[in-house]
Amino acid sequence: MEKKTKKQSDEKVTKKLIELGNDVMGQLGQKKNPSVALPIRALSNIFFDEKTGLVQLGEKVSKRTYMNIAHTRKFMQTLLIAAECKKIISQNVTTSIRDLYYAIKHTIPETKENTVEDQSESDPILEDLEAALNTLRERLHLQADRKGYVAGPIMVNDRGDMIDCSKMGSSGWAIPSNVEPDLISFEKCSADFVLVIEKDAVWQRLNEDKFWRNQNCLIITGKGQPARGCRRLVNRLHNELKLPIYVLTDGDFWGYYIYSVIKQGSIKLSFLSDRLGTPSAKFIGLTTKDVEKFNIPKNVTIKLNEGDIKRGNEMMKYRWFEPKEWQDELKNMLKVGYKLELEALSAKGIRFISETYLPQKIKEKDFLP
Amino acid sequence: MAQKDKAEEMAGQTKEISVSEFFEKNRHLLGYDNKIKALLIIVKEGVDNALDAAEEARIMPEIFVKVEELEREKYKIVIKDNGPGIVKANIPKIFGTLLYGSKFHRLRQSRGQQGLGVSCAVMYSQLTTGESTEVISSTGDGKTHKYRIKIDVKNNKPEILSDEVVDMDTWHGVQIMFICEGIYREHKQSILEYLKETAISNPFAKITFDSPNGKFDFSAGIDKLPDEPSEIKPHLYGVEVGILSRMLKATKARTLQSFLTSEFSRVGSTAANEIITKAGIVGEDGSPDGRLSPKRLTDEQMVSIVKAVKEVKLSRPPTDCLSPLGSDSVEKGLKKELNPDFITAVSRSPTVYRGWPFQIEVGLAYGGSIESAKFMRFANRVPLLYQQGDCAMTKAMATIDWRRYGLQGDKLPEGPIAIFIHMASVWVPFTSESKEAVASYPIILKEVKLALQEATRKLSLYLSGMRKAQYQQERMKIFERYAGDTATALAELTGRDADEIQVMINEIAKTVHEEALKTENGKEEEAPPVEVEGGKENGEEDEEAE
Repeated sequence: MEKKTKKQSDEKVTKKLIELGNDVMGQLGQKKNPSVALPIRALSNIFFDEKTGLVQLGEKVSKRTYMNIAHTRKFMQTLLIAAECKKIISQNVTTSIRDLYYAIKHTIPETKENTVEDQSESDPILEDLEAALNTLRERLHLQADRKGYVAGPIMVNDRGDMIDCSKMGSSGWAIPSNVEPDLISFEKCSADFVLVIEKDAVWQRLNEDKFWRNQNCLIITGKGQPARGCRRLVNRLHNELKLPIYVLTDGDFWGYYIYSVIKQGSIKLSFLSDRLGTPSAKFIGLTTKDVEKFNIPKNVTIKLNEGDIKRGNEMMKYRWFEPKEWQDELKNMLKVGYKLELEALSAKGIRFISETYLPQKIKEKDFLP
Repeated sequence: MAQKDKAEEMAGQTKEISVSEFFEKNRHLLGYDNKIKALLIIVKEGVDNALDAAEEARIMPEIFVKVEELEREKYKIVIKDNGPGIVKANIPKIFGTLLYGSKFHRLRQSRGQQGLGVSCAVMYSQLTTGESTEVISSTGDGKTHKYRIKIDVKNNKPEILSDEVVDMDTWHGVQIMFICEGIYREHKQSILEYLKETAISNPFAKITFDSPNGKFDFSAGIDKLPDEPSEIKPHLYGVEVGILSRMLKATKARTLQSFLTSEFSRVGSTAANEIITKAGIVGEDGSPDGRLSPKRLTDEQMVSIVKAVKEVKLSRPPTDCLSPLGSDSVEKGLKKELNPDFITAVSRSPTVYRGWPFQIEVGLAYGGSIESAKFMRFANRVPLLYQQGDCAMTKAMATIDWRRYGLQGDKLPEGPIAIFIHMASVWVPFTSESKEAVASYPIILKEVKLALQEATRKLSLYLSGMRKAQYQQERMKIFERYAGDTATALAELTGRDADEIQVMINEIAKTVHEEALKTENGKEEEAPPVEVEGGKENGEEDEEAE
């Protein structure tokens, strides 16, 4: 990671924003239909890079043009967000993406229409802008909502404050949205590996059982699909501290997809995959094979619904689920026709997960790639 | 021959019943089957006659109609016109005899055909209230006659209750006053609707209606009467044995040959000979003979002639006997009563069904003050309000694929559309005596369909043009709507002046807009957005969501 001072970064991003504006102005000056080029962030324009093991953004670019009524509104919103970001940077403040939404929201004169109606309208535009400028929202002085917690033997320097993640009680250290090296650095770490857990409830179980102490590891939850801060932290823990990453999710297609996002990056944020993905992460469970292996009672499994089956078949076609082990697991789940939640392990006893299941899996290195 | 004796005995017991008696028992056949409809029919008969008379006398018709409730379900109906009037001697016969009329025996386009209408109204009034009908008429000679007439039902003869001369100055025309049972309503098939449609199909007429609910004025939209239709001789293709027999009896021709050439249209001596040959009418030497006297033709020979005619190629009858409205008048009529945004009319060339000339005209009006679909059928300018479903015009409408023309609706179109269909003919083939639906001869269905298609094509062009223009306008509005904010943002990014930028954007938008309007068919419209936004994928991150 290139170490840049904040000031340099601000100047660079501001320059990019001004360039964007000048580009549009140049087109207007030539009486051309103004447009902004945006990398296409969809399945049609991503590829799986075998070498890096990451989902990467392709070359395809779409033009968001003013004189196409399907784009006009988004074109305006793109420029509004760009202008607002320039303002925020110049004021040297950091705001949330919700603040950004409110900052650009106003009623368009002589209409009943707002510039943005909903945050769900401004969020994807911001992502477009990040991709178009090849920058991070953090560099635009924006932060996402925080999501995710860490516990375990690590000392973190969070903007000057030393945080001992082994002394964070029952709640853990909350992962900030921006964990870039200029703000967060790792001071001391004795953990042997990192366990990333989909579910907060399971994280709390493991924290209460002091699993991280017994196994000498860090436990992290992303509370569902992990936010970028959480994914970036995992990426850095692996890259900088060389810690192995194990991922624990529900035994269902949704959980498997969460794993793949942590490992290879996501389609929507494929332009950030090298920062957010951790290709060497391993999948610890749950799998349908665990049901047999640990003799989990069948009555705690859940029957697959139509959406599950459709999703399963889709995922089998993704390049990054090509390894035989994954194809077998996906096929097997479709074959047995059930899925199971992490909590299903409690059927074998409340501490079964922390005292039996995880230690055995880790010991036997019973992972999926 | 006992059978013959019996038959003759039975024949002695039968007696002739008069048409009046027949009507008394079968008034539903003429449409008098309910009290609401009865009022409408009486007004209709009066107005139709008034229009026919005025037109024939080349007078711009001005008609006054009054409907007044005297007591519950008892009405006074007055119809007054400015026509030529009726000569004194004919007044009692016309109003007091069923099936007395000048129109039945001649072949010329007119509203009335059978000579039944107005005397039936007299009859109906008399049957329901016992009241006589008052007829006032003047031919403009300064003498105005006022009659009170009833019908002598047994003998189908007028019964004159009073006959006086009144002073009406120089007025000419006819004024009739009926007192009859009825119910007045202003719904779909009402006097008001009938008069409105009459005003559309007779745009040269001025009609005033003094209804129980107030006055309505239908002013004239054009100041010219349609061309006067001429009488024609019948065409052999439409002649049946009965008519042939009647004509043979009445003819002054001395030979069959001259009967055929003089009494029918489009029969020359070659065609007459061919008919005679094909019908196998031979003289004493066994060769075809046209010198036979028309009076001596046997029934078998008449049947042979009617059959033979079908194998002989005859020219179509002349069509100058028709008096179509003309597409211009159709448009004007629709315009003045419906005030639509778009209007078009198609007048087909005259053609022939079973030897009778006819012509179809169609008008289409769209938008404006038309609120919902309206279908108007006319026969010789008379609105047909009942039996829509049985009518050839409706059946033809149902064969059009309205959606292909950018309209809604399955069998009949929906939306703010008015369809006007007019059949002009010397003899309109109604499905019943009440004259409410046109019979479905294939050639009539075809003509209506072709006219509708032509008119609908024009409407469809208008609609797509409008949609295109509307689309372009909305597109321009979108360009204008976001220009302000886009300019402000660009100003913030570049430090340029926001107002200046907005002007630049608007100028380009205007150019784009004008070019799009110029493009003939909106092919250069926006392709569907190529942009594929992310997030389609299932299982994408829900990060940052609140």
